[in-house]
Amino acid sequence: MPKATVNNQVIEFDASEQLNCIQAAKKIGFEVPHYCWHPELSVVASCRMCLVEVGDTKPDGTVVMQPKLVPGCQTPVKEGTVVLADSPKVKAAQAATLEYLLLNHPLDCPTCDQAGECGLQDYSYKYGRGYSRLQEPKNQKPDKDHIGEQITLFTDRCIMCTRCVRFTREISGTAELFVTHRGTKEEIDVFPGEPCDNKLAGNVVDLCPVGALCSKDFLYEQRVWWLNSAKSVCPNCSTGCSITVDQNEDVVYRLKPRENPQAQGHFMCDEGRFGWKYQQREDRLAYPEQREAGRVVSYGWDDILPALRKQLQSTKGDRIGALLSPWMTVEEAYLLASFLTEISEHVRLAVAPAAIVGSDDRYPKDFRGQPLEPTKFTIRAEKAPNARGVDAVLKHFAKSPLTMSDLLAQASSGKLDALYLVGGDPNGWITAQQADAVKKVPLVVVQDILPSAVSPLAQYLLPGGTFAERDGVFVNHAGLAQEIHRAVRCPEGARPDGRILWDLSGRPGLFNAAQLRKEIAAQIPALAALHAGKLGDCGVWLSEGKTPSPPVTHLAGANR
Amino acid sequence: MINQSTDVTWVEEPEIGFWEATFLPAIISGIKTTLGHVGNGKTVTQQYPEVKPNLPLHYRGIHRLNRDEQGRVKCVACMLCATACPANCIHIEAAAAPPEWPDRDKFPATFVLDELRCIYCGMCEEACPVDAIELTHIYDMTGETRESLNLNRERLLEIYDQTKDNPRDPIRTRRGKLGPAAEFVDLPAVGPATAVGVAERSAKTSSPGVIRPMGPDPNK
Repeated sequence: MPKATVNNQVIEFDASEQLNCIQAAKKIGFEVPHYCWHPELSVVASCRMCLVEVGDTKPDGTVVMQPKLVPGCQTPVKEGTVVLADSPKVKAAQAATLEYLLLNHPLDCPTCDQAGECGLQDYSYKYGRGYSRLQEPKNQKPDKDHIGEQITLFTDRCIMCTRCVRFTREISGTAELFVTHRGTKEEIDVFPGEPCDNKLAGNVVDLCPVGALCSKDFLYEQRVWWLNSAKSVCPNCSTGCSITVDQNEDVVYRLKPRENPQAQGHFMCDEGRFGWKYQQREDRLAYPEQREAGRVVSYGWDDILPALRKQLQSTKGDRIGALLSPWMTVEEAYLLASFLTEISEHVRLAVAPAAIVGSDDRYPKDFRGQPLEPTKFTIRAEKAPNARGVDAVLKHFAKSPLTMSDLLAQASSGKLDALYLVGGDPNGWITAQQADAVKKVPLVVVQDILPSAVSPLAQYLLPGGTFAERDGVFVNHAGLAQEIHRAVRCPEGARPDGRILWDLSGRPGLFNAAQLRKEIAAQIPALAALHAGKLGDCGVWLSEGKTPSPPVTHLAGANR
Repeated sequence: MINQSTDVTWVEEPEIGFWEATFLPAIISGIKTTLGHVGNGKTVTQQYPEVKPNLPLHYRGIHRLNRDEQGRVKCVACMLCATACPANCIHIEAAAAPPEWPDRDKFPATFVLDELRCIYCGMCEEACPVDAIELTHIYDMTGETRESLNLNRERLLEIYDQTKDNPRDPIRTRRGKLGPAAEFVDLPAVGPATAVGVAERSAKTSSPGVIRPMGPDPNK
């Protein structure tokens, strides 16, 4: 194994790793500050923040240092390389670079949305000086709110790292952003009439290490230090991007991608990023309802769940049907399926098909909008987070799971006395025509988050939670099981689905997803990989049974 | 941190002597103090509200929101006051500044300060990067409901308009240098902030109504 020296510590690395000085320093836990370098983007070495001293070990063992500082992001580390990233010379260069970057920076941190998670703030505090020596007026440039539908540019805050430009050229391939003018007049801009509205555009806001590119959706909504993050998984397609759900006082404010090389890499699409607003919709199902002859007889969970359990248990087993949803977590599907199969082995279990919208959308794209190889990001056509997980549970409990149309056909032909329908897809999962089929079933249970064609027909209406309100596991298109965590509480009256089903099954104690996963892993061989209970930040593969390697975690300010 | 035995000093209770056991020396010294106050002729009682107290310069009363040179609210809605506030009494909703304000990005669309919840610690004033929020010397504020003391942006600006010319409440801080308040050594007694009728006893004192009555005047 090749060996190199960073800050007088020897590191070993694989010859295939192709490390630069920043990555090599990370091996000893040392942070080399950087703005323009990003592991997914090409190297431009333009910000000069990562300047380090580099030398070489000669065959006779002497070390020869290069006289000049070199950009660490651009300098490969090979056998015998000596990197000095904390010498007085390097520190002086870092302070000087920051002073230059701050020359024309407006220092409007109080009104800047990035304040608190800003690379310029963090590095200035750590490596910079506490005052400016500039006596001239600052170079003010006009703000541009026309960059995109979701993106606004505060031109004067920009430090010209060009991460956003490289993202639109290399990852989305749409190349809307470019640098106009040169020298001190340099600015990021779009071509007239061609805003940056591609489906990955929101990522440029995350990539911006300062507060220049801001999301219009989040602008001035919150100060970031008030936000609490929960690690979760984007539910909007089967890619299963790792995200964080940022909330304050039980209000979700934004979703941000979280690095996960197993799932999606560093980014997420705008459909997912802004597609969670149904969580705050006014018409969400707010209270559980028990109806008799069209009249509501109870609004209380404590009455409804025991009554429902009793009614289901007194129904003949082969006349109970249940429709599971690909929006359920593995735990919820397991709780419902095991509860019903305990009543009888002959219950008819089905799973609703995951909505397919168009075809997989691959990036980068070329000039004509055709996907280019190699694919760097895919928005999948399958718009459901957990079709594979629910399928695995269902295959265990039902030898031959039905389809949704089969189950509804049986319902309309009067073969069912009880039908348990689980929704959860905010874009609608049942048509009015399909809902007609359940009219012949005497006992209809609907567990959903939004009103649908079937919710007025239900004898029991159970309001559940969205992905931000639940704990559990989603299995993505490739069989990667990832945990979602509750970020906010359900609206008053609604309950997370896991808790509803736990209480419905009459299990003692409280719903605990990690504990339940151990039980699931012991029961279902296909899900044996969940045996650890806690799956870590990057999830586990179901099929290969291997734990994914830990992610290359980002340095402060780098993934923003 | 665990205390080391060397950090601990053991103190023994002093032995009580004969005279101390009779309690007579303590009683005599107590009577001496009492009699000293009876006979010295100094008045301690404050004749409030006829006579206003001479409050110290750093007295912290209710807040005001300062205006800038153009009369706009100076606050930039950075919410540092709300962050610093230990009582959680400041609630701000920010919005993009109107297009007529080209020099501003952000301004407070709503600014609500719960004066009942406030503990008057002055941290908001200290946190403010643009010197927009300041505490005045007004201390006698009343309201009929709790909601009436949730002061909103307009009300806080109104207090600024009322107090800015008062010698006790000059604009205290300016960016980078101390305001005129730094040079004051003594200030006149503050008048009442609540409405004072002409016929009322407190109106006949030497310094009536220095601060304009706030809210609707009950005498009108």
